[in-house]
Amino acid sequence: MAISATLSTDIKKIREEFPVLSQKVNGRDLVYFDNAATSQKPRQVIQALVDYYQTSNANIHRGIHTLAERATKAYEETREDARAFINAESSSEIIFVRGVTEGINLVASSYGRAFLREGDEVIISALEHHSNIVPWQLICEEKKAKLRIVPVTDIGEIDLDAYRKLLSDRTRIVATNHASNTLGTINPVAEITRMAHAHGAVVLIDGAQAGAHLDIDVRAIDCDFYCLSAHKMYGPTGTGILYGKRKLLEAMPPYQGGGEMIKDVTFEKTTYNELPYKFEAGTPNIADVIAYREAFRFILGLGRETIRAHEHDLLTYATEKLSSMPSVKIVGTAAEKVGVVSFVVDGIHPFDIGQMLDARGIAVRTGHHCTQPLMDRYGIEGTVRASFAVYNTKEEIDRLAEGLQRVINFVK
Amino acid sequence: MNNETPRSIAAIQDEIIADFALLDDDAEMKVLYVMELGQKLPPMPDEDKTDENIVKGCQSRVWLTARLEGDRVYFTADSNTAITKGLVSLLIRIFNGQKPEAILASDLHFMNAIGMERFIGTQRTNGFSAMIRQMKMYALAFKTKMEIGS
Repeated sequence: MAISATLSTDIKKIREEFPVLSQKVNGRDLVYFDNAATSQKPRQVIQALVDYYQTSNANIHRGIHTLAERATKAYEETREDARAFINAESSSEIIFVRGVTEGINLVASSYGRAFLREGDEVIISALEHHSNIVPWQLICEEKKAKLRIVPVTDIGEIDLDAYRKLLSDRTRIVATNHASNTLGTINPVAEITRMAHAHGAVVLIDGAQAGAHLDIDVRAIDCDFYCLSAHKMYGPTGTGILYGKRKLLEAMPPYQGGGEMIKDVTFEKTTYNELPYKFEAGTPNIADVIAYREAFRFILGLGRETIRAHEHDLLTYATEKLSSMPSVKIVGTAAEKVGVVSFVVDGIHPFDIGQMLDARGIAVRTGHHCTQPLMDRYGIEGTVRASFAVYNTKEEIDRLAEGLQRVINFVK
Repeated sequence: MNNETPRSIAAIQDEIIADFALLDDDAEMKVLYVMELGQKLPPMPDEDKTDENIVKGCQSRVWLTARLEGDRVYFTADSNTAITKGLVSLLIRIFNGQKPEAILASDLHFMNAIGMERFIGTQRTNGFSAMIRQMKMYALAFKTKMEIGS
């Protein structure tokens, strides 16, 4: 009990670190429950962006002047912190990308183009975001490979028996998320990986919904690729990382050509730079990468266990509160979840609920959440989704329930 | 056939603006009011809710049909979301019983005056424009038909 009491005092302090939270929307205190789409940013991340432009702006890696040195050093320090954050073996296995979407596209294009053959199979789960579906569809079409889908159970868990049956010697790649953006389900990624490796397949994990919430250890999971988006974990928009095991990244052809990624260029032949630069063509998103470091620090500073415990409290509270409302049905009740509650209300369209809640200053997401196949699985068009971050409180969940009750009363 | 001369489009818009002015610029009251207007919209027969009658460009599903009675246009509509249904009901209130030329020539300005974009957001506002466009298309079709017929 003592832990949660301390935390609730701390939450006030934590909230003060997020300037955006202290505003009114439609005359009421903002309640921000759209964290699975993007989280808000603490002062230290915002300040790092400002500092970079005010003191260190220069292009990295090529210049020998002081500012270029300073910018390069800061950029590479983020790479090292990213390595530590996911416990990768070497920082040369960390590639900066725009986010998870680009990370998956990079692997699908580069690895897929080099190693997929006609008749090979790629397995994804029915829980995937469109960004972990479409890149595989594209490369499978190009290579005449087959995309296989692991179904999910009624409560929203990956059906591991069905997965076992889909795996075969034709399986080349398995891709799934660490946690579902729509249902919150935490997937047994280490087990999924172990099963895939037994068939010689490589595994990519989409960590978009894990970055801010779960402990990530790529060596314990033993996955071959892992992607994160900075903006969903208190960092800036437009950057993220792709982790890949060194020997795979070395075997893969470059994804894009340009400056930075080359060693020597003649018109006859170009030799490529070493990892990770081989995959970082052109001037990268320097400022956002540098500020991303502060997001890692923010999370580790609070402690991932503390964050997880608080968000789990919120999830439990919200689940109880919403389940007690007769016309509300929660979609996705897996045993292990991150702080995501997706729900539908009898006779009221999610858009209407979203609009009504916004009128009361509450930000939720409505619609299919870029997981249309998953919506089809449950025979619904969309849901209302409340997703939590470390700065959310139980009082805010009360406001959500109150707003929801008001719409329900009005419609009935 | 309805021979009653309807009030002008401008007069009905003024009336809508006056109605919304009573809501104290409170977003929640405006949304509830719009939903309430939708509840009062006369029902659309299920057989009219076809893919062909869906208004393109709306995020919600909106079905719209129109008929000409004499020289006047009448619309029927429905939507799968309550707020959108309320929004289309505002357009029906303005346009029903008007002549095709009047609909085509109309300049709708009430949306700005009631601060619609602020309480329903940009996406729905875009959908709203799509509804107006579709209604004007019907008016144009009827106008052409009347000209050919005469």
